[in-house]
Amino acid sequence: MSTLKTIKSNEVAHPMENLLRMDRIPHIWCPGCGIGTAVTAFASALDKSKVDLDKVCVVSGIGCTGRVAGYVKLDSFHTTHGRAIAFATGITLGNPDLKVVVFSGDGDLISIGGNHFIHAARRNVNMLVICVNNFIYAMTGGQVAPTTPLATYATTSPFGCVEPPFNIPYIADSSGAVYVARWTALHVRRLTNSITEALNKPGFSVIEVISPCAMYYSRINKLGDGLDMMKFYHDNSKIKHGEDTKNLDIGFQTPITVGKFVDRERPTYTESYKKWLSDIKKEKTK
Amino acid sequence: MKTNSKILTGTHNLSGNEACVEGAIAVGCRFLSGYPIQPAIKIMQRFLSRAYKVDATYVQMEDEISALAALIGAVWTGKKGITATSGPGLSLMMEHIGLGVMLETPCVIVDVQRVGPSIGIPDHPGQGDMMQARWGSHGDYEIIALSPSSPQEMFDFTIRAFNLSERYRTPVALMADEYVAHIKEKVIISPEKEIKIEPRRYYKGPKDKYLPFKRDKDFIPRMVDIGDGYKFHVTGLTHDDRGYPVMNEECQEYNVHPLIWKIRNYVDDIIDIKETKIDDAEIVIVSYGAPSRIAIKAMKEARKLGIKVGSLKLNTVWPFPEKRITELARKVKAFVVPEMNYGQIVLEVERCSYGNANVVFVSYAEKNVDNVDDLLSAIKQVIKEKEIKKEIIEYHT
Repeated sequence: MSTLKTIKSNEVAHPMENLLRMDRIPHIWCPGCGIGTAVTAFASALDKSKVDLDKVCVVSGIGCTGRVAGYVKLDSFHTTHGRAIAFATGITLGNPDLKVVVFSGDGDLISIGGNHFIHAARRNVNMLVICVNNFIYAMTGGQVAPTTPLATYATTSPFGCVEPPFNIPYIADSSGAVYVARWTALHVRRLTNSITEALNKPGFSVIEVISPCAMYYSRINKLGDGLDMMKFYHDNSKIKHGEDTKNLDIGFQTPITVGKFVDRERPTYTESYKKWLSDIKKEKTK
Repeated sequence: MKTNSKILTGTHNLSGNEACVEGAIAVGCRFLSGYPIQPAIKIMQRFLSRAYKVDATYVQMEDEISALAALIGAVWTGKKGITATSGPGLSLMMEHIGLGVMLETPCVIVDVQRVGPSIGIPDHPGQGDMMQARWGSHGDYEIIALSPSSPQEMFDFTIRAFNLSERYRTPVALMADEYVAHIKEKVIISPEKEIKIEPRRYYKGPKDKYLPFKRDKDFIPRMVDIGDGYKFHVTGLTHDDRGYPVMNEECQEYNVHPLIWKIRNYVDDIIDIKETKIDDAEIVIVSYGAPSRIAIKAMKEARKLGIKVGSLKLNTVWPFPEKRITELARKVKAFVVPEMNYGQIVLEVERCSYGNANVVFVSYAEKNVDNVDDLLSAIKQVIKEKEIKKEIIEYHT
């Protein structure tokens, strides 16, 4: 049975009423923002992947994307800044039957939470990380993020960002993630398919969603509004599945390579731990 | 003594750290997330060595921040969980002590205290984290902290810490020290049936009516586990009954006021103090943790010399037994407070004395905590004081 409700002519219902907390709508995101698109893709993917919604848990950190946990009608946690992955690690180890989704931003996951990100990938903890990358700290008003491209303006880089940015798929790949993909907020259908695929994949999966920040990133850098950013994605994103993650750097207004880059098998932490437990039990009872 | 029971029972020679793990397993704790740090490392090792028998989950996280974050996450899946650390780790955990308080998550944090500041000496006992445990996280909150003075108490207090955390839905700190954690002593564990276990307060009602922070008559909101289909939301932001963020003064009061008063209203239930020969006492030794081991010895020595000394041992340090100290201050001449720091709980004793009794501080910060002489000489000197000095007194030998 589909969880998406069909709209009847005499009843005005949101098509994703079963997946969103309608009592919290309208959300806080600005016009032109891509986070809502990412949430829609996630909700459609939940519906498509036929996962048991009771067993899905969403954990968010702090920031614009950190608010996602508050809008999805699932067991959801809005936790401390940067610690969403650490919190989610506890959940997935506490109850391995759950499908834990960490939905947060680039500042939260890669800056303050960078350490948790690489270690969860190394352990191959069973979770899906959806990282919405808008190249900036938007909630606090447009400061430099670890993903801000070189020479880009931000409120804390009035003469252009001097730090080289992180390449998120490359970190995820080199730390051991089993599934790594990148899409922009324009690639809704492909993003949905990617999330659907990753939801059914055991292990640490990372999907980066490049999102326009019409309020800060594009305004400070004079890139127009959300629609202009979308047009830019349309003209400048190249789909290259299986591309070496080394080549995925994003510069200021340079072409963006998107696609699925990594899809491999590795034993998850839960599997390894269970095996260790049963092995030691056998050994001790000899 | 071999039994089929998964928990250890009978009489054993255990260190404080080992006793703590046995207490945790006895009370049903099946999750430990930690980060290696001396002198608490044995807690992690012992838990791991016991994990296969009780099907417990262990994870060594990348730091103490994530250790407590993971613990809080695991508790929401229905597990009882513990983490163990020392001062430097407790500093890192402060962020999530705040989150634990705000999400009203029952969990136990063992702090095996060493000397500081900063790295200090990893295997030297100290009690310098007492105020950090109380005030370390930002914002207003109340915390429960217990202080064991022997391996037996490490076992008993670990069980009590879990029971209090479930009863009041709050993180509970077990403030041990290196001395208590490493000393090996006889620990008597009662049969499994006699160990009192406070059950988690679960919500039992229709799924769509569940409000994560709706308080019951006992001030405590009811919990549910992730995955049970309640589809609840909780946040570290100021929130209403539904767990939704509401940023205004009314909601701030509605949210935080009960966090404070769910503890303050029940201090009589939480506070546990052990008084010895206090009725005729002129001087009361107020102690907790390892120094309370010499308090009784000093009391006996002083009584041989004709000085009427009593002992008040704080089994729970936070919440502080304010009423009892104020009451005693009107009756006794002086309080003598031995601590392995430069004066922390002595400040509380002085505050609650309201100038009605002398307050003497005896620092065991760098001294051997087995040495009773300093404590005894302080007792001998304070008994000679004719008037009440309106400050904390320190006698130097």
